[in-house]
Amino acid sequence: MRSMLKYIKGYEVQAVLAPLLKMMEASFELIVPIVMKWIIDIGISNGDQTYILHKGALIVLLGVIGLICSVTAQYFAARAAVGFSTKLRQQLFEHIESLGFSEMDSVGIPTLMTRMTGDVNQVQAGLNMLLRLFMRSPVIIIGAIFLSFSIDVPSALVFLGSTVVLAVAIFMIMYTGVPLYRKVQGHLDLILTLARENLTGARVIRAFNKQKEMAATFKREHDTLTDMQLYVGRIMASMGPLTYVMVNIGTILILWVGGVRVQSGDLTTGAVVALVSYMAQILIELIKLSNLIINLTRGIAGGKRVEAIFAIEPKMKKNTPEKSEPDTDISDTDISDTETYDTATSKPAAPDAAHVRFDHVSLSYYDDGEEALSDISFSAKSGETIGIIGGTGSGKSSLVNLIPRFYDATEGRVSIRGKDVREWPLTDLRACIGMVMQRSVLFKGTVRENLKWGNSAATDEALWEALRLAQAETFVREKKGGLDAAVEQGGRNLSGGQKQRLCIARALVRKPEILILDDSASALDYATDLRLRSALAGLEYKPTIFIVAQRTSAVRGADQILVLDNGAVVGMGKHDVLLETCPLYSEIDRSQRGGADANL
Amino acid sequence: MQIFKQGLSRKRAEKDSQQEKRFQQLITIRRVWRYIHTYRARVLVALGMAVINVVTTLYVLKAIGDAVDCIVGPGAVDFVALIMVLKRIGFSIVIASAAQWTMNLLNNKVVYQVINDIRRDAFENIQHLPFSYIDGHAYGDVVSRMIADVDLLADGLLMGFTQFFTGILTIVVTLFFMFRESVIIAMVVVVLTPVSIFVARYIAGKTYHLFKTQSQIRGEQTGLIEEMVGSQKVVQAFGKEADAAAQFEAVNRRLETASVNAIFYSAITHPATRFVNGLVYAGVGIVGAISVVNGTLTVGILTGFLNYARQYTKPFNEISGVVTELQNAIACAARVFELVDAEREVPDAEDAIADRAPRGDVALDKVCFSYEAGIPILKGISLRASAGQKIAVVGPTGCGKTTLINLLMRFYDADSGSISVDGIDIKQMTRAGLRGGYGMVLQDTWLKTGTVRENLCFGNPGATEAEMIEAAKRARVHKVILRMPNGYDTMVSDSGEGLSQGEKQLICIARVMLTKPKMLILDEATSSIDTHTELAIQEAFLELMEGRTSFIIAHRLSTIQNADEILVMNAGEIVERGRHDALLAQGGFYYKLYTSQFAGDFVM
Repeated sequence: MRSMLKYIKGYEVQAVLAPLLKMMEASFELIVPIVMKWIIDIGISNGDQTYILHKGALIVLLGVIGLICSVTAQYFAARAAVGFSTKLRQQLFEHIESLGFSEMDSVGIPTLMTRMTGDVNQVQAGLNMLLRLFMRSPVIIIGAIFLSFSIDVPSALVFLGSTVVLAVAIFMIMYTGVPLYRKVQGHLDLILTLARENLTGARVIRAFNKQKEMAATFKREHDTLTDMQLYVGRIMASMGPLTYVMVNIGTILILWVGGVRVQSGDLTTGAVVALVSYMAQILIELIKLSNLIINLTRGIAGGKRVEAIFAIEPKMKKNTPEKSEPDTDISDTDISDTETYDTATSKPAAPDAAHVRFDHVSLSYYDDGEEALSDISFSAKSGETIGIIGGTGSGKSSLVNLIPRFYDATEGRVSIRGKDVREWPLTDLRACIGMVMQRSVLFKGTVRENLKWGNSAATDEALWEALRLAQAETFVREKKGGLDAAVEQGGRNLSGGQKQRLCIARALVRKPEILILDDSASALDYATDLRLRSALAGLEYKPTIFIVAQRTSAVRGADQILVLDNGAVVGMGKHDVLLETCPLYSEIDRSQRGGADANL
Repeated sequence: MQIFKQGLSRKRAEKDSQQEKRFQQLITIRRVWRYIHTYRARVLVALGMAVINVVTTLYVLKAIGDAVDCIVGPGAVDFVALIMVLKRIGFSIVIASAAQWTMNLLNNKVVYQVINDIRRDAFENIQHLPFSYIDGHAYGDVVSRMIADVDLLADGLLMGFTQFFTGILTIVVTLFFMFRESVIIAMVVVVLTPVSIFVARYIAGKTYHLFKTQSQIRGEQTGLIEEMVGSQKVVQAFGKEADAAAQFEAVNRRLETASVNAIFYSAITHPATRFVNGLVYAGVGIVGAISVVNGTLTVGILTGFLNYARQYTKPFNEISGVVTELQNAIACAARVFELVDAEREVPDAEDAIADRAPRGDVALDKVCFSYEAGIPILKGISLRASAGQKIAVVGPTGCGKTTLINLLMRFYDADSGSISVDGIDIKQMTRAGLRGGYGMVLQDTWLKTGTVRENLCFGNPGATEAEMIEAAKRARVHKVILRMPNGYDTMVSDSGEGLSQGEKQLICIARVMLTKPKMLILDEATSSIDTHTELAIQEAFLELMEGRTSFIIAHRLSTIQNADEILVMNAGEIVERGRHDALLAQGGFYYKLYTSQFAGDFVM
C-alpha cells in the first residue's frame, strides 16, 4: 500500500488536518459531560444561577467550535480522499493505456474495468472514513475511559468491563455477518444470471417449451436466496438489541456502584450522571469504529488489487530509436526527431525490395507456452496483396498482429522496409499501418470523429473518399447529419456490416502504407464484399495489403496466399498453385464450394 | 388577455399532470400493498413491537433519571428505591430489546418475502410476454427492473415506512414524557426543534441532488472506461492513448468536483446533528438546572431530560431521509410493475389443438408482417413445404429471413395471411404444440448456465445417457465434449468460455437431435467458424435434416445445392424460387448473388 501514498501529494495538509480537527471536536464532546457535572455538583448545590448560565454558555461554545472543527474536517477529508482517488484513477487509466496486448490479454478487460471503477471507489471510501474517524472514535472511546478513571476508579472498572464486552460483541457479529453478506451477494449474482438468461434465450426456451421449468428454477434459486438473506438478517438483527442490553446493564451497574460510592461520599451525583453519559457515547463510537474497520479492510483489499495492476510493467520497450552513431549528450531521444528521420524515406527505395518481411518468426503468448506461430518466413513486396487463411487458432491473427508490433516475436524478426519493427519508434510504426480488426470497434461520437482516428487532419473530402472506398458512402449519406451522424457507444446504433465498413474506412482515411484486414468483412453480403475488394485493389497509393480470411473466395485473387495450420505455414503461393499443391487449402476450398457432400 | 389565458391553461395543465402523477403514485402504492397484504399480520405485529420498543426505550431514559434521584448525596442514598428502579430498568431493557429483535426479524421476513414474490411474478410474466416486448426492451433494463428496482422498492417502501412510523412515534412519546415532567423544559425543546428539522431537510435535499449528479457523471465515466479500456487494442493501433487520457481527465475532473460536493454535504449531517443536539442539551441543562435550584425539578428528572435531549434530533433526521427514499421507492415500484403487469401475449384458444405428432406439411399463404406499422418486412409471402422437403432461404441482409423464422415458430403473429401445419392454421394450435413439432438451431447460439449434459437434454430431460451420447456423436460434438475438463459434466454458460462459436452450435444441433422433431429451422452461421468445425456442422446439419421438413437460412453452397427448393428473398418478397441449377440458368437476382460469392475471377 505504501506505493500509493504518493497520490496524496498536494493534499497532505488536508489529510493531516482532517483527523486533527476531528480529534479536537471529539475532545470538546468529551468535555461536555464534565461541564454538566460541574453544573449539577457546583451550580445546583450552591444555587448559583450565574454559574449555571456561564457553564451552559460554555457548552454552546464547545458545540460551536466543535461544529466548525468538524465541518472543516469533513471538507478536508472529502477533498483529500477524492483528490487522491481522482489522481489514482487518472494514473491507473494511463497505466492501463500503456499496457501492451500481451498484458491486456493476461489480465483481461473485465478485471481492468472493475479495478478502475469499483476498486478505486472502495479505496476512496476507505480513505475518507479513515481520515474522518481514525482519530475521532478511538479518542472518544479511550478518552471516555480515561476520564471515567479520573472521576472514580471502581465505577471506571465497570465502565471498562462493559466497553470490552461491547466491543467483543459488536466485532463478533460484524465478523460473522459481513462474510455471510458477501455470500448472499454471490447468490444474488446467480439470480441475475438466471434473469438475464431467460431473456437472451427467450427464443430457445419457448421453442423447447421450457418456460415453466425456467420459472421453477428461478423460484427454487430465489427461495434459497431468501433463506440466506433471512439467515444473515437474523444475525444482524441481533446487533441492535444485544448492544442495547449490554450498554444498559453497564448503566445499571454504574448506577449501583455509583450509589454505593455516593453514599460513602467518594462520588458526587453529577459524576454519576457524567459516567452514564459516557456510556451512551461509547456505544455509538464502537459501532462507528467497527464500520470503519470493515470499510478499511475493503479499501485496503481494493487498494492492493489496484496496486497489482500498477505492478504490471509493459514488457515491450516502446521506443528504441536506432542510432548508428551514438549521440554523446542527448540521452532522451526526441520522438519528433526520429519521426522526421524515419518518414523521410516514405517509400522503399527499390520497388522490388521486400516491404514486409518475416524471418523465422515464432511467437508464444506465455513463457514456455505453446507456440502460436512457429518458424514463419515470407516477404511481401510493396503493393502486393497477401492472403492468410486457415482454421480458428491456426495463428492468422497472431501473424498480422506482429506487423504493428502488438506482440513481439519470441524468435526471429519482423521487418518493415528492411528495419526490424523493434527498432522503429512505436508511434511511427503504427502510424503507417491501417488496421481493421476482427471485432469492429467504434467510439461514442460522430461518424466524423470516428473516421478522424485514422488521420486527425483529414478533410471532409478525404473522409468521403474513404467511405466511398469502404462501400460505406451510401448509408452514411442516408443518415441524418451525414458525417455528423451520432455513433452510440460501441456503435450500437449501427448494424454489424455498417460497423465493419466504417472501421475499414477509418483505416483508409490514414492512406496507410500497409493495410491489414483481419477477417473484417464477415458481416458484409457477397456483393458488397466483392465491391470492397475491387475498390481496395484500385487504391492509387498501392498499399501492401494483408487479408485474413476464413474463405478461399476472399483470398483467391491475392499475389500470395499463406495457408496456416497450427501456427505453421503449410502452403504458400497463388490460388491455382495451392489447389494443386496444398491439401489443406484444397480441402477448405472444396468444403466451401460444396464439393464435400457428394454423398447427397 | 390571450397570453393570460394561455398561461392559465398551462397552469391548469400542470396541475392536471401533477394530479395525474399523484393518481399514478396512488395506483402504484395500492399495487405494492397487494403484495404486502399477504404478510399484513406480520406487518401489524412489527408495528406493535415498534410501539413497545419506543415506549420502553424512552421509559428507560426516564427511569435512569429516577435512579439518579435516589442518589442524592453522601449518606442520603435510598438503596431500597434504587434497587426497585434498577429492577424496573432491567425489566424494561429486556422488553425493549426483545421487541426490537422481533420487529427486526418480522421486517426482514416481510421485506425478503415481498422481494421474492415480486421477482417470481416478474419472471413468470416474462415467460408470457410477447416477443415485441422482449425484443423492444434492452435486456439490462428488464434485469435491473427485476433485481435492483425490486430491492429498492421493498427496502425503501417497507423500511422507509417503519422508520417513518417509529420516528413519529418517538417524537410524540418523547414530547409526552417531557411535558408530563416539566412544561418549561419541554417548551425549550419544542422551540429548538425547528432548527433541527430545518437542518435535516436542507441537507437531505441538497445531498439528494448532489449524489444524483455524482452518479450520473460516474456513469458517464464508466461508459468511457468501458469504451477506452475495452477497446484498448484499437486505441493503441491508432496511437490515440494521449487523446483517450485527455478525454478521461476531463470527466475525471468533473467527477472530482461532484464527488467532493456530494461527500462533503452528506458528511455535514452528523456534525450538524450533533451541534443541534448540543444546543438542545445546553438549553435543557441551563433551564433544568435553574429549575432544580428553584426547587421545581429534581436532578434525576434533569438527567432524564438530558438523555431525551441527546437523542431527540435522531428521529427528525430519519424522517427527513425517508421522504426522498419513499419517492424513490415509488418510482422504482412504477418501473417494476410496468414489467410485472406488462400485457401478455394473446393466450392460446381454449379449444386449441395441443398435442399431436405433425406430418410436417407447412404452408404460408399471403403472409404479411411488420414490426412497426408502416414499415412492412414481409409482403405477401406464400410457400408450400411438403413433409420431408428442404427449403433453403437466401437473400441479402434485411430481406426478412429472420422474420420468417419468427413467424413459423409463432414468436410473432402475422399481420395478415395464414400459416398452417398439416392444413391446420397455427393460430388454432397451442404455441407449445406448434413449437414442439419444430427443432430450431439459430445462428445466435444460446446455452444455459449449467453442465453440457443439462444443455444437451434441455429439450428432452428424459433422454438416457446412451441416447444423449448417440445424439452428441451424430452432431459430431462427442469428441469435443470428451476433451473438455469434466466431459459431459463441464460447466458452460451463454458467454461460453472455452467453447468456440462453432462448438456451441454443434451442441445446439445435438440438443435438437435429442428431441426428434418433424420440422426443422436452421440458421446457418455466416462466419467465424473454422474449417474443421464447419465441415462437422455441415455433416451434422445434413444428418439432422434427413426425413424432416427443413427451413434453412442458407449461407453455404452445399446446403443450397441440396435444397428441394430455394427461395430467393429480397426486400420482404420472394423474388425467385426453384432449384439451384434452374435459378442459375435464369441469370437473375440469384445468379448475381451467387456469382459474387462463389464464382468468377476475382479482381484482386
